[in-house]
Amino acid sequence: MTASNPLKPSERMKIPRQEPLEQDPQERSTNFLEVSFGFDMDRTLVEAQRCLDCKTPYCIDGCPVGIDIPGFIRLVLEKDYVGAVRKIREANYLPAICGRVCPQETQCEEVCVLAKKLTPVAIGKLERFVADYEMREKLFEAPVIKEHRDEKVAIVGSGPAGLTCAAELAQKGYRVTIFEALHATGGVLRYGIPEFRLPKEILDLETERIKALRVEIYTNFVIGRTATIDELFDEWGFSAIFLATGAGTPTFMGIPGENLSGVYSANEFLTRVNLMGAYRFPDTDTPIRIGKEVAVIGGGNTAMDAVRTAKRLGAEKAYLIYRRSRQEMPARQEEIHHAEQEGIQLLLLTNPTRIIGDAHNWVSAIECQRMELGEPDESGRRKPVPVKGSEFVLEVQTIVEAIGQKPNPIIQSTTPGLTTSKRGTVVTDEMQKTSRPGIFAGGDLARGGATVILAMRDGKQASVAIHTYLADKRAAQLPSHL
Amino acid sequence: MFRIVRTDVLAPTVTRFEIEAPFIARKRKAGNFVMVRLDNQGERIPLTLADSNPASGTITLIVQAVGKTTKQLCAMKAGDSILDVVGPLGTPTPIAMHGTVVCVGGGVGTAELYPIARALKEAGNTVLSIVGARSHDLVILEPEMKAISDALYVTTDDGSYGKKGFVTDQLKDLLDTVPGIGAVFAIGPLPMMKAVSTLTRPYNVHTLVSLNTIMVDGTGMCGGCRVTINGAMKFACVDGPEFDGHSVDFDELMMRNRTYADLERVSDQKHACRLAGTTQESLR
Ligand SMILES: Cc1cc2nc3c(=O)[nH]c(=O)nc-3n(C[C@H](O)[C@H](O)[C@H](O)COP(=O)(O)OP(=O)(O)OC[C@H]3O[C@@H](n4cnc5c(N)ncnc54)[C@H](O)[C@@H]3O)c2cc1C
Ligand SMILES: Cc1cc2nc3c(=O)[nH]c(=O)nc-3n(C[C@H](O)[C@H](O)[C@H](O)COP(=O)(O)OP(=O)(O)OC[C@H]3O[C@@H](n4cnc5c(N)ncnc54)[C@H](O)[C@@H]3O)c2cc1C
Ligand code: SF4
Ligand code: SF4
Ligand code: FES
Repeated sequence: MTASNPLKPSERMKIPRQEPLEQDPQERSTNFLEVSFGFDMDRTLVEAQRCLDCKTPYCIDGCPVGIDIPGFIRLVLEKDYVGAVRKIREANYLPAICGRVCPQETQCEEVCVLAKKLTPVAIGKLERFVADYEMREKLFEAPVIKEHRDEKVAIVGSGPAGLTCAAELAQKGYRVTIFEALHATGGVLRYGIPEFRLPKEILDLETERIKALRVEIYTNFVIGRTATIDELFDEWGFSAIFLATGAGTPTFMGIPGENLSGVYSANEFLTRVNLMGAYRFPDTDTPIRIGKEVAVIGGGNTAMDAVRTAKRLGAEKAYLIYRRSRQEMPARQEEIHHAEQEGIQLLLLTNPTRIIGDAHNWVSAIECQRMELGEPDESGRRKPVPVKGSEFVLEVQTIVEAIGQKPNPIIQSTTPGLTTSKRGTVVTDEMQKTSRPGIFAGGDLARGGATVILAMRDGKQASVAIHTYLADKRAAQLPSHL
Repeated sequence: MFRIVRTDVLAPTVTRFEIEAPFIARKRKAGNFVMVRLDNQGERIPLTLADSNPASGTITLIVQAVGKTTKQLCAMKAGDSILDVVGPLGTPTPIAMHGTVVCVGGGVGTAELYPIARALKEAGNTVLSIVGARSHDLVILEPEMKAISDALYVTTDDGSYGKKGFVTDQLKDLLDTVPGIGAVFAIGPLPMMKAVSTLTRPYNVHTLVSLNTIMVDGTGMCGGCRVTINGAMKFACVDGPEFDGHSVDFDELMMRNRTYADLERVSDQKHACRLAGTTQESLR
């Protein structure tokens, strides 16, 4: 028993985990409105009571940015929702986003003590509730910046890594400028993750809150083209730079027929829909093509988003083709479940071998092969091997390849002295330092494809490293960037 | 916002724009392009940087009205603003000393060719230029091209100006008569660039073409601009837009470029209705 929670632990453990309200699957598969409504206040208060307020809260270790989880839940129980979201914001500046897209089940919730025998506290949904509450009631106040510093820091890329690093450094009093290649901020949060999982209104609001910290944002600015890294140091007068350009370059399978009309990379498909609003064509000018039958290749979050988007755009049949089994799918369980509810057909242990076109060079079918699982590979997952003679042909008019992305090479190829790996990622140490002094990197650019919360962790870590770097430089009174 | 400071109509459907974009103006090189989005509903379209003036912080675009976005842009006037302009994008044209070069421009492609021809001239090449158009009123940038060329040949399909025929006819003449042609630069519609590449192949003359692909982001993030060069997949926005014409799979690209043809017409017609609507209103 504590002041905020009158229930005894044994009583708390009897309360079942609360389930969020969701839009009806049938209905939602034809619209772009948010699938999950999250918790209402009643469910929030019940769920919060389940937390045991552990002496050793393992959940905090499970959160890459170290949110004081029992601390904010205590405030929820006191109905101080704004206090709770402020507590979260001390560690995580984007709570409304993480509450929605963070893979909680493999982070904080996986290590919650209740997860072992019962079900973990729904930490993500609680986080979302308090963030939404603050938003709905318009109670956000920008944190007060106590100290102002002269040094300018440039952030390249406005995805979760860049936004987080910017927010942290601005709160430390630095003059922060974000450079973004696209016409809008957010990175994958904007162009990749669809409206029905993360409404753009929320992203816009979180971006406004970063601006409220007096962070300057240049959109339409491609570093490596509009200005180079060295120009940012030498001409623009930045003292440190954080690179967070993500891993946005699509890869293709390399099978015959990939250049037929109607074959998209997931990035092109999702960018047309999310960034350019093609789902509202012709009210917007950017078109998208959707056949009666659509196949999406891949098993990650990207594939899941693409196939569910295809369904919403009117595909009568939307297939997801994945070469391993369900267990190996890297997508979040919640998303796979949602997809199946919406009528997505999973073709597991299936691998495309060839795309077939019609007389007009349009996709008309895809040839696939059945697979079976063999020995585990380097990643520890069992390797899929083709079953001889198992080829079959599936009629489809649109194909989306979601088989992985790599970092965009524009900056790496225009910045001398920046070490990259064979996979094209920028090499950093655990403090996010690169091979060049004053240049830090993180998020998908350093990790290859990862997650929103890991990108945020890197942004936060880099802000600490940049702070130390600039303090050391100030102490040594070296001229800038040497 | 990017303010338009000046417009000039060069031909019935071709307009030249001078636009304030100081960061881009400083960095532009021959062969670079920008992505432009006119308003919040707008599509991102690629347009070549025809010129720039770092001192005044302006860039020059030359635009042919062919569909919804380009028509809407060509209706804009000095003082209007464009929402988004990003660049300079693409790999700049490799400018080297080849001795004598032939620069071939077809239609609005001449606008894309002009900065390259000028850079080649500045690098010391003897520049022979061929400018082709369907008819006289569609010939653009003749004085500009003349000023930077050692010789300028104009061809029109209907013979209303210059020599009657296609640019390839004139090019064949030059290849047969002028010794020491080191390279050919051809920019225009895909069928024209294909024809030029087919023509120069037996002459073994290095031929550079600029590929007008469908583009979304223009920075290597979507793969919509992918083309097959010597059997390998390349992204036109970062690996190009210029490629060795003898290695390009033109037929595949021409098919891919038709992906949205019917939908683009829907968008264009809707726009035409809207335009008609506003005119009627402003007449009242
Ligand atoms: C479709 C999809 C769905 C996903 N779903 C989830 C999910 O549910 N949960 C989850 O945790 N993760 C998910 N992920 C992964 C997650 O989105 C990424 O790991 C995360 O966004 C990486 O963040 P980042 O800041 O490193 O880069 P990004 O989000 O990729 O942002 C990079 C930004 O840099 C900009 N940029 C690139 N080059 C330049 C340049 N030269 N100059 C200026 N700007 C530049 C880009 O335009 C972009 O805006 C998903 C990914 C995809 C593609
Ligand atoms: C690197 C690059 C540089 C370019 N530079 C210039 C330039 O300097 N001036 C200029 O006027 N145009 C240029 N273009 C072409 C220009 O981008 C297209 O004309 C424009 O996108 C058409 O948009 P729209 O909405 O007006 O027409 P749409 O309605 O999109 O298309 C109208 C018609 O043009 C075809 N089309 C669409 N996109 C293209 C394209 N990219 N290339 C060729 N045909 C297309 C369509 O199939 C349709 O038949 C360039 C293209 C590229 C890739
Ligand atoms: S940010 Fe993610 S990992 Fe951290 S507490 Fe929230 S949901 Fe859990
Ligand atoms: S581990 Fe679970 S029960 Fe314990 S404090 Fe964290 S959320 Fe509460
Ligand atoms: S236009 Fe998107 S990769 Fe080239």
